[in-house]
Amino acid sequence: MRSLRRTRSAREPLQNSERHEREVPTVDESKARAPRAEPTSKLVSMRDAFGKGLVDAGRRNDRIVVLDADLASSTRTSMFADEIPERFIQVGIAEQNMVGLAAGLSTVGYIPFACTFAVFMSKRACEQVSTSVAYPRLNVKLVGAYSGLYTGKTGATHQSLEDIAIMRAIPNIVVVVPADAVQLSKALDAIVEYDGPVYLRVARDAYPVIFDESYRFELGKAVVLREGNDASIVAAGIMTQTALYAAEQLAREGLQLRVVNVSTIKPIDREAICKAARETGAIVTVENHSIIGGLASSVAEVVTEECPVPVEKVGVTDVFGESGSNEDLTVKYGLSVDSVVEAVSRVLAKKRLGLGRRHSTG
Amino acid sequence: MELSRAVSMDYLREVSIEARRNVMKMITHAQAGHVGGALSCMDILVALYFEVMRVDPARPRWEDRDRFVLSKGHASVALYAVLAERGFFPKRDLMTFDQIGSRLQGHVDMTKTPGVDMSTGSLGHGLSAAAGMALGGKLASKDFRVHALLGDGELQEGQVWEAVMFAAGRRLDNLTAIIDYNKLQLYGAVAEMLPIEPLLMKWQAFGWHTMEVDGHDMAQIIGSLRRAAMEKDRPTVIVAHTVKGKGVSFMERKVEWHAKPPTHKECERALAELREA
Repeated sequence: MRSLRRTRSAREPLQNSERHEREVPTVDESKARAPRAEPTSKLVSMRDAFGKGLVDAGRRNDRIVVLDADLASSTRTSMFADEIPERFIQVGIAEQNMVGLAAGLSTVGYIPFACTFAVFMSKRACEQVSTSVAYPRLNVKLVGAYSGLYTGKTGATHQSLEDIAIMRAIPNIVVVVPADAVQLSKALDAIVEYDGPVYLRVARDAYPVIFDESYRFELGKAVVLREGNDASIVAAGIMTQTALYAAEQLAREGLQLRVVNVSTIKPIDREAICKAARETGAIVTVENHSIIGGLASSVAEVVTEECPVPVEKVGVTDVFGESGSNEDLTVKYGLSVDSVVEAVSRVLAKKRLGLGRRHSTG
Repeated sequence: MELSRAVSMDYLREVSIEARRNVMKMITHAQAGHVGGALSCMDILVALYFEVMRVDPARPRWEDRDRFVLSKGHASVALYAVLAERGFFPKRDLMTFDQIGSRLQGHVDMTKTPGVDMSTGSLGHGLSAAAGMALGGKLASKDFRVHALLGDGELQEGQVWEAVMFAAGRRLDNLTAIIDYNKLQLYGAVAEMLPIEPLLMKWQAFGWHTMEVDGHDMAQIIGSLRRAAMEKDRPTVIVAHTVKGKGVSFMERKVEWHAKPPTHKECERALAELREA
């Protein structure tokens, strides 16, 4: 736990228009269990963090090239274009070709970052990702920006709710979903180091920072952000903050929730999930993605195979999204703190009924 | 000089015949594989690997080698026969084609077969990867060339034209595309399925240097590949007119021999024809 930010949470409501929850819950320090981590009031844009991180990585490693399909200003690869123009490759609005180009570039020794919206990377260029990158296991980094529901009011065609499921189902691809700006920039370094295909899922907006600079990211390792034994919330990406708010709220009701952040969806940290299952007897998964095929499925696979306990899922429930503010989408599509709290009470009811109990003790 | 060139052409033609014979044996043994399109592109592959490309069979991953992308990955048998003939792997491996555990997959796999520079299979992907290699060569100031062989039916895939636009836009003069224009695709004639003509004009309009050759005339193929290497500031496409099933009379220009494995009797007949050729 040495690496996690341990600060008091803010008492004032978030003022930023990109906030995804009404209010940061207050902390009753007397009841708080150490160690813990909470979101701070500091909001940092995920795409800006990505853009900056890419420039930093590019300055350190001249094998990094960045490919863009006319979304540089949105994904913030524009920062790389400004700083290192000789290694920025504009391909036009042609994602399939972009992924093939990246594959070819990698065979010559470059480390290409092919960047577009998550929806286009995972669906438009899906077969190119599979055949040209994953099958030959080439050292290509696939970046899915504007992931999940929050895509700047662009609606269903631009909301990416299946990208984790798709990328995860393709062999050889490591799937990384950072929770905040710090985890994202640390993950970038690890992704550059790793020799092989990686899908990096990047959110668009600004979110509270969870991790501090001492945090060390490790591919395939989950992190326990908050200890507790009544049940576990396993969260990925920007929903990790929501999970922490929910845990805080439930703590005031006397329930101690363990919060586990999964930043590598594949390969998933089976050990951390089984430990949570065995020690807490119930799991709620929380993600900004369809509950089909993403974090929920990944966790459920591990749990059913190794450590059966009841699992409840918070995520988008097999529907397309729509245009709307992040706040409105959060409420309508069930991604709020209240949704997590309700899922926890459902899973606790199942736990009390003894579902999975015989196995969870083993 | 003229004499040695003639001798060399004779040698290349012999290599082509031997590789075609091996294709027949592989496909008959495996009872699988795409025979028609393998025979149509064979002379192009032999010209590339035995005359034009800078490769070293002892160092298949040599970083300064010329690259080749078989975008029509189903013609794998042709490439395997040529690579084995060139010494990238033992010829005895050819008979493992399509068998479980073999390094010779139905569609080419760069992780399994020495000498294969890009994995392909789904059509339309190869030119993008080749353009990426060519761009990488430019960025790294390397002087290797990249060749991509595309099928004619494959040009119906949209991704090809994304890559065509890109390669011209980035002035990739170290890239040569070759079209194996055998006029047939799986289910019928290209012109009837979805016409791709006027082909040369299309590529010209996209900014490519174009040439047209007889894809079974070794001297023409080699000449065009060498001229392509001298072209500056734009990529070259060579439209090679070929015959599907070339070299086996009963297979030539027949749609049904796209991917039909021959019987042993048919194979013997084909081998005899190729011996006499």
